Amino acid sequence: MSALLTVSALRVSFRLGTGRTVDAVRGVSFAVPENATLALVGESGSGKTVSAMSILRLLPENAVVDAASRIDYSGENLLTAAPGRLRALRGREISAVFQEPMTSLNPVLSVGAQVAEVLRLHQHIPPRQALERSAELLAEVGFALPKARLKAYPHELSGGEQQRVMIAMAVANEPKLLIADEPTTALDVTVQRQVLELISRLRERRRMSVLFISHDLGLVGELADEVVVMRDGEVRESGPVGRVFNAPRDPYTRALLACRPPLDARPRRLPVIDDFLRGGGVPEGGELRRPEGDGGIVEARDLQKQFRLRTGWFAATVIPAVRAISFRLSRGRTVGLVGESGSGKTTVAMLLMRLLDASGGEVRFAGVDLLRLSPRDVLPFRKRIQVVFQNPYASLNPRFSIGRTLTEPMRIHRLGTDDAGRTERARQLLQRVGMPENSLRRYPHEFSGGQRQRIAIARALAVEPEVLICDEVVSALDVSVQATVLNLLLDLQEERGLAYLFISHDLAVVKYMSDEVLVMREGEVVERGAPEAIYRDPQHEYTRKLLAAIPR
Amino acid sequence: MHALAQPESESAWLSPWRRLRRDRIGMISLGVVLAYFAMILAATLDLVSRDWSREVGVPYASPSFLGRQPNPEASPAEGVPRPGGAPPDLSAVDPLAPKYAEWARRTAELKSGEAERAASLPWGGDRWGRDVLDKAIKGSQVSIAVGVAAALCATLIGTLLGAMAGFHGGRADDLLEWVYNVFTSIPGILLVFALAAVLRSGWLGKVFAEGIWMVVIILAVTGWTGMYRLVRAEYLKHRAREYVRAAEAIGASAASRMFAHILPNVSHVILIQLSLLVVAFIKVEVILSFLGLGVPVDMVSWGTMLAEAQTELVIGKWWQLTAATAFMAVFLTAFSMLTDSLRDALDPRLR
Repeated sequence: MSALLTVSALRVSFRLGTGRTVDAVRGVSFAVPENATLALVGESGSGKTVSAMSILRLLPENAVVDAASRIDYSGENLLTAAPGRLRALRGREISAVFQEPMTSLNPVLSVGAQVAEVLRLHQHIPPRQALERSAELLAEVGFALPKARLKAYPHELSGGEQQRVMIAMAVANEPKLLIADEPTTALDVTVQRQVLELISRLRERRRMSVLFISHDLGLVGELADEVVVMRDGEVRESGPVGRVFNAPRDPYTRALLACRPPLDARPRRLPVIDDFLRGGGVPEGGELRRPEGDGGIVEARDLQKQFRLRTGWFAATVIPAVRAISFRLSRGRTVGLVGESGSGKTTVAMLLMRLLDASGGEVRFAGVDLLRLSPRDVLPFRKRIQVVFQNPYASLNPRFSIGRTLTEPMRIHRLGTDDAGRTERARQLLQRVGMPENSLRRYPHEFSGGQRQRIAIARALAVEPEVLICDEVVSALDVSVQATVLNLLLDLQEERGLAYLFISHDLAVVKYMSDEVLVMREGEVVERGAPEAIYRDPQHEYTRKLLAAIPR
Repeated sequence: MHALAQPESESAWLSPWRRLRRDRIGMISLGVVLAYFAMILAATLDLVSRDWSREVGVPYASPSFLGRQPNPEASPAEGVPRPGGAPPDLSAVDPLAPKYAEWARRTAELKSGEAERAASLPWGGDRWGRDVLDKAIKGSQVSIAVGVAAALCATLIGTLLGAMAGFHGGRADDLLEWVYNVFTSIPGILLVFALAAVLRSGWLGKVFAEGIWMVVIILAVTGWTGMYRLVRAEYLKHRAREYVRAAEAIGASAASRMFAHILPNVSHVILIQLSLLVVAFIKVEVILSFLGLGVPVDMVSWGTMLAEAQTELVIGKWWQLTAATAFMAVFLTAFSMLTDSLRDALDPRLR
């Protein structure tokens, strides 16, 4: 296999305002083979996106590329190419698909206009012909009625469809190289699978090369021919996909392969990166032992929620978000709720927390129906039932120091006698969730996603709740960080006998965490049961689809 | 905010101060603004410019640094010529005749007199020979007090209403939007006239008499709408954010979410709008004073100075205009830059 593009000794650093520079990529070399897929894998901050964007020179203003770096593409060094030459290459010979389809498409232009623009910019064909060609492209990426879809606006499409439009635009000019930067991270698991299959199919049919960037080593296994594993701006390991997966040489690669929750076993502790880098292997801990369920603390019966959308002066349509859901949370045990976006699983969490008002049903907590309580009477229950949200970047107030974030719930619920005592407790909580001592005076932006999620967990624990709702707590985190947060949650559950409602779109994670799994679809529970039973013998077709979407 | 005493309140305010200290432009602006406030304080305590209304120079006295210049306006106007010849002796028929001698004596006892008027003043004089520099200093006191006080009032009204509308939504939002629409549908100057008329009549007129408070109230009541709109939009955006939900989940009250959680996150918008309002209100005060609705005639402001400068410019007396403009420009620039730096210093994300 000859190389289509070669990156050699690439060094990129960023100038910061105060005259300092930070190295993002430190001497990275790899080659994208012709007519094959190369996957760049690494955690956030590993420099994988910066490396890929250097190829198109789509770097921020403050980036400095070292003069000794080379990116060779068909006999020329792209790092020294003239801007005009680069513009001609971008979108024509090398094109890119980004992570967020929702923000990559222009919301005020129709899909057809946007695809046709790419064609007309590079091929100079008349508008009518460009539109016809656009329809063909949409058909190629799997739209059922491509002619009708040309007139659709981005907001009328789902996330997966938007990403397919992005792919159609990227391949419109038959590029030799497609750079896909985490194209499926923002998508549901079943849609993720379809997009991955689409990319493989297009690569084969068009005989192009793909540079696929992902934080999930498991995901690229089925797609890539070659894998490059990056960490801290350096290449840790590279080679053909079979070799890297079956005989990984670097401990970091072994760690990445091991930290995904396994489907066929339930170890007490998930292996984390540090275990491997310290030289040890998979930690011993035996099987995860689950306590027997007792009477239950929270019982939700026929929980319902409808949203009313006003469609006219007197008309309104009712959209059911949650239809008659029942479950029971007990001490030390976990109920898992799995489903894709729009299935209503987050709405269930909001109803339990009384952050939304339910349309029907009841939630019994220690004999009291939470849904009937006045806002004033809910307050004592807020102490006993807490929630951790999905996005650790949004759920902490950026203007509050960590100390204030942690002491505020204690102050509201009058825990502790004075501020000094509360600060001391906050210090202990931080220690418990594995955060450094000096975090109290710092602000959320100074921490990584995994660390912020630990802080959010510490805040929820500050009021010593009995029930903890985990709403997609690990979805925004890298696979490697996921394991550490899941381990922490299991430790805390054992220690404090917490009842968890664990919500996620990832069946593997839910299966690992839960004692009972509820599969939700369009506001309904389509299947429920013990995780092993659901994994071994799924009854509903939707559950089977979810299972099939888990990368192996 | 006071209800939520912070365990580490020291560092909460110390670190913004440390960040502001590192900002050179911010510190210079802070120095300029503090100097203005010191000047205003001195003027209020009558330490400087107490006698701004005394006519110390000849009319249109020229600035000292220009040296002596011909000043035709300074020479006393030619009056009606006296009739020639001695007045006829009427003492025989004049009943007051015996008193004349005494009056003449008593007049001689009094020291009359035109004080010596200076031909030139440090920054020139106005039409009545008042010192322009003194006027500008005294005018700063009135203009800045009006501008800052009115902007603070308008900010308070706009922020409170905007927060209420944006945070609660629903009926409260509908009602406040309606009030906003009514306010903005009336031409601004008409609203000012109407308010001035209301405030001057009846018992309200006695309360506000002729002080600057009337101008402050007029400006605040007509100027809150822009702030309301901005703050409402910010609250609409922030109330659905996860950190606000998280605060609700831990049991934070609506007031605490509105003012302890969201307000610091939207303060940059408020600060920028506040500085724009101060600038705008100082300019509007000029217009109001020009229309006779501004500060009372026995007070001086940059506005009244600029209004006078209009006629003076025609005869080439530019110093009153430059004095007022320079004082105003320096203050407004420093104030805008200070709020800019303040915004950066208060944001923990920008280091």
